[in-house]
Amino acid sequence: MEEIINVSGRAVPHIYPHLEIWGGPIALYLFFGGLAAGLLFFSSFFYLKGKADTMPMTVKVAPIIAPIIIILGLMLLLYDLHHILYFWQLFLHFRIESPMSWGAWTLSVIMIPAILWPLSYLDDIIEYLKENKSNCKMIGLLEWANNLIKKLPVLPTIMDLFIKNRALVAYVTIGLSIVLGVYTGILLSAFNARPLWNTAILGPLFLTSGVSTAAALLMWMSNDHKERSLYSRIDLMLIAIELFFIVHMFMGFLSSGIAQVEAAQLLLGGPYTVVFWVLVVGMGLVLPAILEIMELRGYHIPIAIPAFLILMGGLLFRFIMVYAGQASGFHIL
Amino acid sequence: MRYAMAMDTRKCVGCSDCVVACQTENNVPLGFCRDWIVEAVKGTYPDTVQMHFKSERCMHCENTPCVRTCPTGASHVIEGGIVKVTHDECIGCGACIESCPYDARYVHPEGYVDKCTFCDHRLEQGLNTACVDVCPTSCLIFGDLDDPKSDVSIILKEKDWYVLAPEAGTNPQLYFLK
Repeated sequence: MEEIINVSGRAVPHIYPHLEIWGGPIALYLFFGGLAAGLLFFSSFFYLKGKADTMPMTVKVAPIIAPIIIILGLMLLLYDLHHILYFWQLFLHFRIESPMSWGAWTLSVIMIPAILWPLSYLDDIIEYLKENKSNCKMIGLLEWANNLIKKLPVLPTIMDLFIKNRALVAYVTIGLSIVLGVYTGILLSAFNARPLWNTAILGPLFLTSGVSTAAALLMWMSNDHKERSLYSRIDLMLIAIELFFIVHMFMGFLSSGIAQVEAAQLLLGGPYTVVFWVLVVGMGLVLPAILEIMELRGYHIPIAIPAFLILMGGLLFRFIMVYAGQASGFHIL
Repeated sequence: MRYAMAMDTRKCVGCSDCVVACQTENNVPLGFCRDWIVEAVKGTYPDTVQMHFKSERCMHCENTPCVRTCPTGASHVIEGGIVKVTHDECIGCGACIESCPYDARYVHPEGYVDKCTFCDHRLEQGLNTACVDVCPTSCLIFGDLDDPKSDVSIILKEKDWYVLAPEAGTNPQLYFLK
């Protein structure tokens, strides 16, 4: 009988199960990061295209979600730190080699336009909500915030300066949002020891996926037919790019060393195969693409269905990559 | 100076003395360890079954992915190539744990990441590491690779050796003698 048995003294309850140190909070944080990057990208991009008045949802209203989910993401990240009371050490150092370091800095810098952008449009947001969703309970809160900001000492001056230089801010925000979107992938791909993550294509792939989830959310939230069909087409293009990247990711793995080949096997016959190909690729990319094509061809399909599927696909994709990546490794026994 | 360790897989009996010595010397919390024994059995029963033991710990690699990915610089390399963690700079993010091909790090119950230090506090006093001193079969050999007369330099010249996961490109400094 062929025997290969390896027993490691590290297999004690405190150590081996806990070396899979990243879990749900990190996956959720990567999802929020990508979504926020996409929302900020679209708002700045269409502002620069001069669409502020024809696409109010994209440019003025939806960006209010970005700072909320960035803060939520940061809270998840802090919750995941084991030495949480020392988190401020992140902001005493900048280490160019560590993606986590420049990710932390990018998130902090992008918070400034992410908060100021929706604040500078508060009047328009309130007007938009009154016109379209007059029973929304947020209106009162937003009006209160709006009045408060006008009474505060320095903030109105900053807002005036911000509004005067909005085009410049938009250019900077586009740059930062792309860095943020790529960062969510590069954070994982920097780890040589986890072959499934260790591919440079993860950065562009996570960026595309993040922007695609943002397009889906905007498509869902908008009530303007033109805006919706624009995002439908954008999403179709992004889904095509994502599929292209996914195929190339596997081509790269399968033509690489044994550790990469075995990592790819986790998704090609291994324990993550079904969730990846059925739920992420099938339900999260291909099915919404088909539904969107049908919708553009004139079939009546509630837009919420493809939008929800894309958002769920993006979220699951991050969960699977985080968990499967940690199951991949080198032969050390 | 370049500290390194050689581990004779033919002499090791898997007694775990090195593990207990380290836990005692470094106040490693109960249920955790900085070094550990691996027992590997392979072959076809009953003809060619082989078993050997390895005493493993941080490899104190020359190319250190754990230091590279640390966002605060808590993971750093000191004199002699020893990889250490500054406890009050560590935020416990886990980036170094994810970047270690050998799974040599763990999260201390106090929150920071902990690992083998090659007993640098003992080296300062001219002593050997605790695991080396306690080993009953003398299968662990420690020393300076830059010194051609050190025990570890001599034995690595004389004997055939291998390192774990060389394809990870980390250039580990824990050598296993065949």
